[in-house]
Amino acid sequence: MKLSDLTNHAGEWLRGSGPMSEIVISSRIRLARNIAGFPFLGRCSRQQRQALEQKARETILNAQIASELLYVDLEAAPEIDRQLLVERHLISKPHAAAEGARGVAIAENETISIMVNEEDHLRIQALRSGLQLEEAWEQITKVDDKIESTLDYAFHPRFGYLTACPTNVGTGIRVSVMLHLPALKLTGEIEKVFRAAKDMRLAVRGLYGEGTEATGDFYQISNQTTLGKTEEEIISDFKHVVIPKIIEYEQHARKALRDDRTVQLDDKVGRAVGILRSARLIASEETLLLLSHLRMGLHLGRVKDVDIRTLNELFLLTQPAHLQKIQGRKLEGDVRRAARADYIRSRLSAS
Amino acid sequence: MQAEHSAGEGALFMKCDNCNKNATVHLTEIKAGKKIEKHLCEQCAAANEGLPVKSHMPINELLTNFVMQHSGMQKEVGTSCEQCGITWAEFRQSGLLGCPNDYQVFEKDLMPLLQRAHENMSHHVGKVPARRGNSGVPMKRQVDLTRLRKELAKAVEAEDYERAAKLRDQIRQAEGG
Ligand SMILES: [Zn+2]
Ligand SMILES: [Zn+2]
Repeated sequence: MKLSDLTNHAGEWLRGSGPMSEIVISSRIRLARNIAGFPFLGRCSRQQRQALEQKARETILNAQIASELLYVDLEAAPEIDRQLLVERHLISKPHAAAEGARGVAIAENETISIMVNEEDHLRIQALRSGLQLEEAWEQITKVDDKIESTLDYAFHPRFGYLTACPTNVGTGIRVSVMLHLPALKLTGEIEKVFRAAKDMRLAVRGLYGEGTEATGDFYQISNQTTLGKTEEEIISDFKHVVIPKIIEYEQHARKALRDDRTVQLDDKVGRAVGILRSARLIASEETLLLLSHLRMGLHLGRVKDVDIRTLNELFLLTQPAHLQKIQGRKLEGDVRRAARADYIRSRLSAS
Repeated sequence: MQAEHSAGEGALFMKCDNCNKNATVHLTEIKAGKKIEKHLCEQCAAANEGLPVKSHMPINELLTNFVMQHSGMQKEVGTSCEQCGITWAEFRQSGLLGCPNDYQVFEKDLMPLLQRAHENMSHHVGKVPARRGNSGVPMKRQVDLTRLRKELAKAVEAEDYERAAKLRDQIRQAEGG
């Protein structure tokens, strides 16, 4: 498997086919782990950082995590490749931008990725489409066991898995569910979700994590408490309490739009289709927003002649690094916006 | 992901209600059936000690907290981790610890922060590494490994390859044992 094999299709998490996929885009679980006997990365020398990367890489490659596993040396990787991995949610933005020895292992059709030398020595991630938290947990805990069978994690009986930031200590788990909430955004009720999330000690972030705007009406909801609760408790809260509540809000808002504000809804969706099918220059922000409205229109039966799979792919393939990879050259400014518009037109008319 | 860290930092270090320093004393006052939360720095809390304060916590625990906060203040000057060299003040600045050993070195100072960040929880109840069973990996061995690796880095830098080879053997032994 090569990095270039990833470019032309969307990852498993964007298949748009998992449970509750009309609203739940993806389920992600990540575990923060550190290798015993090394300082955390902030206090590592260059040499220790390299030793860590090497040790982690060897362990991961020999752990028989999957039949096929791709390891990318991020220190050596060109910027466009690192950006591509960010767009695919396989590495974080800070990991792409960092310096020094670091990498990422990718396996199981991109449902598993392991960042090496991020804020913690290892950040293991399972990412799946739709609401599949239990499946993601089952998958990730096995990978965690395999890695742990050949190296010692920094662990303390009272504090659990020790992490560089004390906000992650304990289970080291972060459960994130990415939701598509266009109707709550349009009706202005999204604030309710923010308030409810805050009351439940949950964080709300944008499409690409902290500091990113909720572009295209995508919101990531994640836990903040990692100490004093089991992994199963945290996951179960999400699956049975938090997420169903938000799904219900969004469904209610969508129904209200369809029944009481049909003209306004059709106007939004119709404009999205019209612009996407005729624009000659389009920026990625606008693209995300219009694709978001189109996606809602499709799920509400207001548009019929667009394939949901194509639409889901467009969310990813119109992002800057993907677009440039598909075109096979560096694109900037209006040239990039023109290429994006051309690509969208070709995909939306063909389907 | 790293980016998520800054959100946590906010939860760890609240600002004092009176001034702009980091608040380390957190009180809950009940006034006419209404809960009022107060977040104060050491200085403002000390100045406020005369206030009638009610808390979730029993009073003796609260007092222990006060004492702990103050001793924590004095500790800031002196204590650093012998493994990675980080001081409490440095940790408070970056929000990131230097090594696993810091959880023991700064345990007393970390506790109130951990409880604030984790809904008052203070004990891990989740998954435990399989091979080491319920006791987890002995901290002592982790500490030894950190020290050995540091010495190895020094030996390599000084081009003392004989010593480096010896240290590598010791590390391998410690890792295997
Ligand atoms: Zn103050
Ligand atoms: Zn330390």
